[in-house]
Amino acid sequence: MRIRATHFVAALLLAASGAALAAEGGPRLLNAPTEPWFGREASLQRGARNFVNYCLNCHSAQYMRYARLNDLGLTDALIKDNLMFATDKIGSTMTVAMPAADAKAWFGAAPPDLTVEARVRGKDWLYSYLLAFYRDEKAATGWNNLVFPNVAMPHVLWSVSGTQKLVEKEFEDEEKAEAAAIAAKGLAAVEPAPGGKFVVKTVAPDVPGSLSGPQYESFVADLVNYLDYMAEPAKQERINIGIIVLIFLGVLFVLVYSLKRDYWKEVH
Amino acid sequence: MQKFIAWIDDRFPLTKLWEEQWGKYVAPKNFNFWYYFGSLAAFVLVMQIVTGIFLAMTYKADATKAFESIEYMMRDVSGGWFIRYMHSTGASAFFIVVYLHMFRGLMYGSYRKPRELLWIIGCLIYLALMAEAFFGYLLPWGQMSYWGAQVIVNLFSTVPYVGEALGTWIRGDYTISDVTLNRFFAFHVAAVPLVILILVAVHLMALHEVGSNNPDGIEIKKQPKDPKTGIYLDGIYSHPYYTIKDLVGVVFFLAIFFVVVFFLPDVGGYFLESNNFIPADPLKTPEHIAPVWYFTPYYAILRAIPSFFASQFWGVLAMGASVLIFCFLPWLDRGAVKSIRYRGRLYKTWLAIFVFCFLLLGYLGTVPVTVWGQFHGGMADVLDTQDRATWVARILTLFYFLFFILMPWYTARDKTKPVPDRVR
Repeated sequence: MRIRATHFVAALLLAASGAALAAEGGPRLLNAPTEPWFGREASLQRGARNFVNYCLNCHSAQYMRYARLNDLGLTDALIKDNLMFATDKIGSTMTVAMPAADAKAWFGAAPPDLTVEARVRGKDWLYSYLLAFYRDEKAATGWNNLVFPNVAMPHVLWSVSGTQKLVEKEFEDEEKAEAAAIAAKGLAAVEPAPGGKFVVKTVAPDVPGSLSGPQYESFVADLVNYLDYMAEPAKQERINIGIIVLIFLGVLFVLVYSLKRDYWKEVH
Repeated sequence: MQKFIAWIDDRFPLTKLWEEQWGKYVAPKNFNFWYYFGSLAAFVLVMQIVTGIFLAMTYKADATKAFESIEYMMRDVSGGWFIRYMHSTGASAFFIVVYLHMFRGLMYGSYRKPRELLWIIGCLIYLALMAEAFFGYLLPWGQMSYWGAQVIVNLFSTVPYVGEALGTWIRGDYTISDVTLNRFFAFHVAAVPLVILILVAVHLMALHEVGSNNPDGIEIKKQPKDPKTGIYLDGIYSHPYYTIKDLVGVVFFLAIFFVVVFFLPDVGGYFLESNNFIPADPLKTPEHIAPVWYFTPYYAILRAIPSFFASQFWGVLAMGASVLIFCFLPWLDRGAVKSIRYRGRLYKTWLAIFVFCFLLLGYLGTVPVTVWGQFHGGMADVLDTQDRATWVARILTLFYFLFFILMPWYTARDKTKPVPDRVR
């Protein structure tokens, strides 16, 4: 089948306009907690533990080497004993044994590789997403998500987080609904409802899990910090070098500028 | 050393070349802030070539390995992230510097006689630069690389009759594929850089032949020579004066450049788009495809033009015209003076309108056409439910072209001020 180029360009433009509508109706995201200045390393270590225990069974991080976890203050021995379940070579990348084709058959979509996911979605989105699962009997997996509606991924962390239920409130007009969504001070999505009304969707805790609400939030925060680190392991080094480079250029500028002034003194 | 240079000079015009091209080149002494961007563009070009060489040592031009090879570079190659961020930031920096360099030409009438050819060579460099950026953007093989290339190549497919064949010829395949990636790599690292280098050399030779313009638009070559120095009254030797002045510019530029490289290499998705961290997937079209910021004014023009006779080709024509029209400036401008300093209100107003259109079109090109919603009632039926942003873009496109088309009229009618004999 050959798609005519003109139609193709038109379709792409249509797709672009559709995306904007979707973006406008998107849920209000939570702000991921900022990485602590002190205890950053500990947070990343906990995040790495959470990642290899809960994510790395289905999601790969195929560009990330286990050995790179040295960055987080972990020795090779610690990494080998505690974080490597699928390989015994410290230089291996974080791959998974599940074939993509099977994954697609089981879940409807192959779980994406997570190496650079934080650069695609951003920390706030990831943080909100992991806190936004709720029970939905109508969904194939029994789970749904306020940030990513009808997502193929089941709520893998349910035993840790406990379960949440969807809370819906109807409003007569959009303005009131938006105000209520802001007042909810958390995850909230405004969607049009039948009869010209608007519904505000939020989630509320239902059955408790092994961690309390705040404990689970910090569990997710650590995980998101780790995902952010993994997406760009050189980030900290980059910032550190950057400061030195800018100081050097500042000094160089003063020198070069005085040289220029000296030369140009004689020009009138 | 003296003897060595003399030995070479007997066999190759080394000293002669140096003196003609820079050492004894006499430039006006009143260059201001806007005159840094020429040397900066040359500096960025060298930087892109050097970082590009190092990138090519790790990069693999293979659809199955390209994305991976870049992540490898970002993680496992020592300093790889630094080289790559310099190159990705350098691409945007190149356009910023070149746009400011071109704007300088518009302000001070640098395209006017006798610099018509110099200006046209510059326009050719700009075209080559756009090609270079386009080819290079496919190489990371992310979703935006892939679908951006798909959209741009499809523009060529809208050409009547031969379009489909033309598209296939460019891609080397019926869709963007490994074949396309390989040929784009060849163009990006060999063909286009060679063209740019040659054009830049020609641009400089032409400049040093006709001499530089200046913020006053005064031809210093028409002045008498200073009996003491033996050069034109308002002239000055490039070396050491502009050598050292341009060096200040380079250090200042680097300070800003490295703020981006080290602290915000993505620039909020404008320099590195977040969707490009998803590997290319020919089966999954992203919801929002936008080119990198430096192409967005033209992209907005493309989208603004509606299709006539069931063809999108008009938009493509308008987009092409909006770039090529710069070449005709030397003959469109009928002003009595060159520099904006001595122009009247008409030219200043039109230049301001043009800059406004260019910038707002640039913004509109980055966002979906629905960004400002649709017209509702109250308006003529024609406009009802149409995207507001599209109509704004149409008006901006109109004024973009009017700046050029009306130029012979408003520059000739403009009330100009007398130009002094000496620079300020």
